[in-house]
Amino acid sequence: MPLDAVFRDEWGRVLASLVGYLGDFDRAEEAAQEAFAIAAERWPISGMPPNPGAWLVTTARNRAIDRIRRERTLAEKIPLLPVPEAAMDDLDECVFKDERLELIYMCCHPALSLEGQVALTLRALGGLQTAEIARAFLVSQETMKRRLSRAKSKIKAVGMSFEVPDARQLPERLDAVLTVIYLIYNEGYSGRVDLSAEAIRLGRLLTGLLPDEPEARGLLSLMLIHHARRQARFSGEDLVLLDDQDRSLWDMRQIEEGRAVLDQALALGGRGPYVVQAVIASLQTHERINWRQVAELYRRLVELTGSPVVELNRAAAIAQAGDPVAALRAVDSLNLHEYLYFHSTRAELLRRLGRREEARAAYGRALRMATSTPERRFLTRRLENI
Amino acid sequence: MQYALLIYTEPGYHEVLSEAEREAAYAEYFALADDTRYSAGARLQPVETATTVRVVDGRTLTTDGPFADTKEVLGGLCLIEAADLEEALDLAARLPAVRLGAAVEVRPLVPR
Repeated sequence: MPLDAVFRDEWGRVLASLVGYLGDFDRAEEAAQEAFAIAAERWPISGMPPNPGAWLVTTARNRAIDRIRRERTLAEKIPLLPVPEAAMDDLDECVFKDERLELIYMCCHPALSLEGQVALTLRALGGLQTAEIARAFLVSQETMKRRLSRAKSKIKAVGMSFEVPDARQLPERLDAVLTVIYLIYNEGYSGRVDLSAEAIRLGRLLTGLLPDEPEARGLLSLMLIHHARRQARFSGEDLVLLDDQDRSLWDMRQIEEGRAVLDQALALGGRGPYVVQAVIASLQTHERINWRQVAELYRRLVELTGSPVVELNRAAAIAQAGDPVAALRAVDSLNLHEYLYFHSTRAELLRRLGRREEARAAYGRALRMATSTPERRFLTRRLENI
Repeated sequence: MQYALLIYTEPGYHEVLSEAEREAAYAEYFALADDTRYSAGARLQPVETATTVRVVDGRTLTTDGPFADTKEVLGGLCLIEAADLEEALDLAARLPAVRLGAAVEVRPLVPR
């Protein structure tokens, strides 16, 4: 395996172990970076140690301890940390506890700003460099650096625990983790594929760490099935709707994997919002889509989330199932006038019902709200074709 | 670690409570006071009693009213001792005022 692939694989685990050990995010990151730098220098010459993860953790711990000792001598401070010596012997049998779950809960703590949670998760668990994260979110490296350090200083200042939340807090905290991963996925959905792939990696990590949690599997399944269709979603610069997609461009292997993960989630009794969304995504990959069933699932999702955007999707499914009148009635009952897809869905329904003037006006409103080029081109084409 | 729990409520929120509800809330506060993790607490007089003082260029400026003009106002505060943020948030969520609609700002104290 090439060195940077090993580094990416080991980064989260090594960092988690160090945060747990040192109780300080910045120190842990510094020590991990140092250990990885030493490895990059030595391994190409001396060969990779048999247990690279343990080697990296031990080296990083020793470096951190050295540094703490030096600082202590300099400042003659009272002891900050107990400093047990981590031995380099018997590394082969040495198994460090996997503390990535603790780390992911810390990074996705709702006490941090959402953008901070996202950036920190990509940095700590995904092993992305600050510059890469900055590029992915189209902000300057300085801004991203500030965002990360603000999150890290809050973790330190407020005394956040490095623990898996207890049963009482678990639902809210798990929700926060799933939200962050899905947010990362959706950032990539608009064209920057690397972030979607990153979110899928995180999703796989989470299902590995929480094998009995159906919603984690639901999310992974949802992302896999959507991601499998990414090639077909665009034709050049143009958005292609599900009905018109060239199915030969779908990644069937990934769809199969998504379905298998979904089956596991359902077998675990999963009926939560991510599982329901994955079921919908899976149904939409069928040769003949059962839109009535899709609409029914959206109804269930509305019950779970109370989201008007989901209700809009339900209306679209009702129309696909052959009842544009009922669909329009559902759309018109929504207060979503600030939302582009409210107007584009309404426009499409009005067009189908032959109410062309109203359809034109609705497409026009949607077009004025569109911010991306593919969206604008898509809506312009629809408007011209009425 | 020490934390301050700053309790923000809509003015007069407890006046609409029934006698029984108010008694129950007081009883909960007394029970909390027995919890050794709560080191101090205070309930403030209504926001109409607030006076804000600043010193600008050596001159004292006194104005009527609270520092920030918001719908929710600081109604009371607690000082607690908790192992970590999670415990502090948990204790904050258990304040009776929270059940009655208050928001609680949790802030770590600077160690002395």
